[in-house]
Amino acid sequence: MTSGVNVASAERWASALGGAALTAYAIKQLTDRSPAGAALAAAGTALIYRGATGHCAMYAAAGINTAHDDDDTKIALAGPRGVNVEDSFTINASPEELYVFWRNFELLPRFMNHVLEVRQLDARRSHWVAKAPAGRKAEWDAEIINEIPGELIGWRTLPGSDVVSAGSVHFTCAPGGRGTEVRVRLQYDPPAGKVGATVAWLLGHDPAHSIHEDLRRFKQLMEAGEIPTTKGQPRGRS
Amino acid sequence: MKALVWHGTNDVRVERVPDPTILNGRDAIIEVTTTAICGSDLHLLNGFIPTMQAGDILGHEFMGEVVEVGKENTRLKVGDRVVVPFTIACGRCFFCERQLWSCCDNSNPNAWMSEELYGYTMSGLFGYSHLTGGYAGGQAQYVRVPFADVGPLKVPTTLSDEQVLFLSDIFPTGFMAAENCDIRPGDVIAVWGCGPVGQMAIRSALLLGAERVIAIDDVAERLQLAAKGGAEVINLSEQPVFDTLKTLTGGRGPDACIDAVGLEAHGATLDAYIDKMKTAAYLATDRPSALRQAIHSCRKGGIVSIPGVYGGFLDKIPFGAAFQKGLTFKMGQTHVMRYMQPLLDLIERGLIDPSFVITHRLPLDQAPAAYKTFRDKADGCIKVVLKPREVTVH
Repeated sequence: MTSGVNVASAERWASALGGAALTAYAIKQLTDRSPAGAALAAAGTALIYRGATGHCAMYAAAGINTAHDDDDTKIALAGPRGVNVEDSFTINASPEELYVFWRNFELLPRFMNHVLEVRQLDARRSHWVAKAPAGRKAEWDAEIINEIPGELIGWRTLPGSDVVSAGSVHFTCAPGGRGTEVRVRLQYDPPAGKVGATVAWLLGHDPAHSIHEDLRRFKQLMEAGEIPTTKGQPRGRS
Repeated sequence: MKALVWHGTNDVRVERVPDPTILNGRDAIIEVTTTAICGSDLHLLNGFIPTMQAGDILGHEFMGEVVEVGKENTRLKVGDRVVVPFTIACGRCFFCERQLWSCCDNSNPNAWMSEELYGYTMSGLFGYSHLTGGYAGGQAQYVRVPFADVGPLKVPTTLSDEQVLFLSDIFPTGFMAAENCDIRPGDVIAVWGCGPVGQMAIRSALLLGAERVIAIDDVAERLQLAAKGGAEVINLSEQPVFDTLKTLTGGRGPDACIDAVGLEAHGATLDAYIDKMKTAAYLATDRPSALRQAIHSCRKGGIVSIPGVYGGFLDKIPFGAAFQKGLTFKMGQTHVMRYMQPLLDLIERGLIDPSFVITHRLPLDQAPAAYKTFRDKADGCIKVVLKPREVTVH
C-alpha cells in the first residue's frame, strides 16, 4: 500500500495520465491477447498514451494555467500532479468471477463505503453519487478508458464532475491456486481546490486506508458472501 | 437478557442488555445453556488485553440451543444443540481451507487493528476485545454466532453439557498444544501451568503416546489434579524447576515443553519479579517467565509448544538458547474447528471426560464473584461453569 504526495511517487506516475499504469499494463498484455482484444487494448492504450504525453508536453512547454481546466483528468492529473494510491488484496476466487462482479458497477456501493449509488448510463459511462461533507452529495460521471475482460478495468471521471480522478483495477492469477491478486490504482487531484477537497473527504483523511478497507470488504463479500459486523449487537452500559 | 459485562480492570457485572438479533445471513442466535470462565478471561479482568471497552460482553466458552438462524444458514436449524468454538471463521478463505481457522481472513470486523499490531489480521473471537472483532461473548443468556454454518458442532443428547462444553476452547487448545509436540515413543513432555488448558494438555499428551508428562505449578490442588491425570509433578515454589527436570530425565531434558501459562506468569524467580515491575511501569506488555524457563529447560532439538496467550512484546527471551539448541516453536490461537469432531469422538468412546476440571458450578448472576475466586485461585478453584438459565429473580 502506498500513498501520499512526493516527487518520487509523482514522477513514477508522471507518464500516467489517467493511469499510466493502465498503459504499461495494457502494453504488457498485448503480448498474449487475441488479435481483436489486442487491437482494442492497443487503440485505447495509444489514445491514453498520446493524451498523456501531449498534455505533459503542453504542461512543460506552457507552464499551464489549470484555472478553468481543473476538472479534466488529462490536465488535473497530468505530470507530477495528483495523489496516487495503490493497494492489493489476494482473493480466493477466479479473476473472471471478480471481474464480473466489479464490472457490474451498480453493485460497487455494497463494499465502497462512501458511494451511495452507481447508475450505468451506457456501455462505457456511469453516473456516481457519493456522500459529501455536511450531508451533501457529490456526483460525477465516469467512463471506462481501458478494459480487458477478466483482467483489467480502467476509468476516469469526465469534465463537469465534482470529482477528478482516474484509476484501474487489475485481476491477475495468484500462484499455486491462491486465487486472484486484485490490484487497485487510484489517482486524484490533491485537495488544493474544491474538487480535490471533495475527493479527499470522500476517501477520508487517509485515502490509502479507505481504499484498503473498501478492498477488504470486496474480499469479504466475494469469499465469505457477507461483510462481518457487530453493528447492532447488544452491549452493556458504558 | 442478562449478560456479564466488562466495565474496567477488576470490574465485571451482570446486567440487563438487549437481546441479540440476526445481523448477517449466515448468523444464528443461540440460547446459552452452559458457559465457562476461561483462564484467558482473567487477562481481560486484570486489564492485560488492550482495546477493551466498557460495556463489552465477555465469554468465549459456551454452548446451547439454536433459537434463530439467518436466511443464508442452511446447516443449522432451530432446536439444534451445539457447542460453539471460540474462534470465528468464514470457512472459505485461503486459511480456512487449510484448517488454519484462527487465521481466517474474513471474520474480524476490526481487521485493521489486528493488521496494525501484527501485520496481518487474525480471526474474530467471541468476547475478547475489539482487536479480535469486538464480538459480544457468550457469558449471557443469548449470543449471536456469526458464520454459524461453519463453527458450531452438533452434539448428541447422550452426552451432558459439561462433558462437551470444553470442545469450545480448552480441550482443543490443550490437545493442539500436545499435538504440536510431535510426540514419539519415549518422549517426555513438560507442561508449565496446571490450569484448565494445562490439565487438558497433560491428558492429551498421554493420549497421544507420551512416555511421561511432568507438570509444573505452585498450586497444590492443581498439581494433585495433574497427578491424578497421570503426570509427575514439580512444585516450583519448593523445587528448582530446571534442575529437577534434568534429574527426572537422566540429564536429557524434556523432549518438548508446553507453556500453558501465557502472558501473566507468576514465577518466583528474579526475572519474574523484574517482569512484574516492568509491566506495572508499562515498560513491557507481557510477563514471559514460564516461557523463558521452558526454552531453557527444553532438550537440544526439542519443541516448545505455546498454547498460553501472548499479545504484545516480550522482554529478555533467551533466544541464544533457542538458537543454539535448534529448538522448534509451535504456537498460536487454537484452530478449534480442526479438533472438535475428533475430540467429540474421544469423549463418546469414553477415552476422556473433560468435565474433570470443573470445581465450581454457579448461576450466571454469580459470575462477578466467580471471576475473583478463579483469579485468586481461592476455594480450590480450577474451572467455573455458569448456568445462564438458572438466573435468580431480583
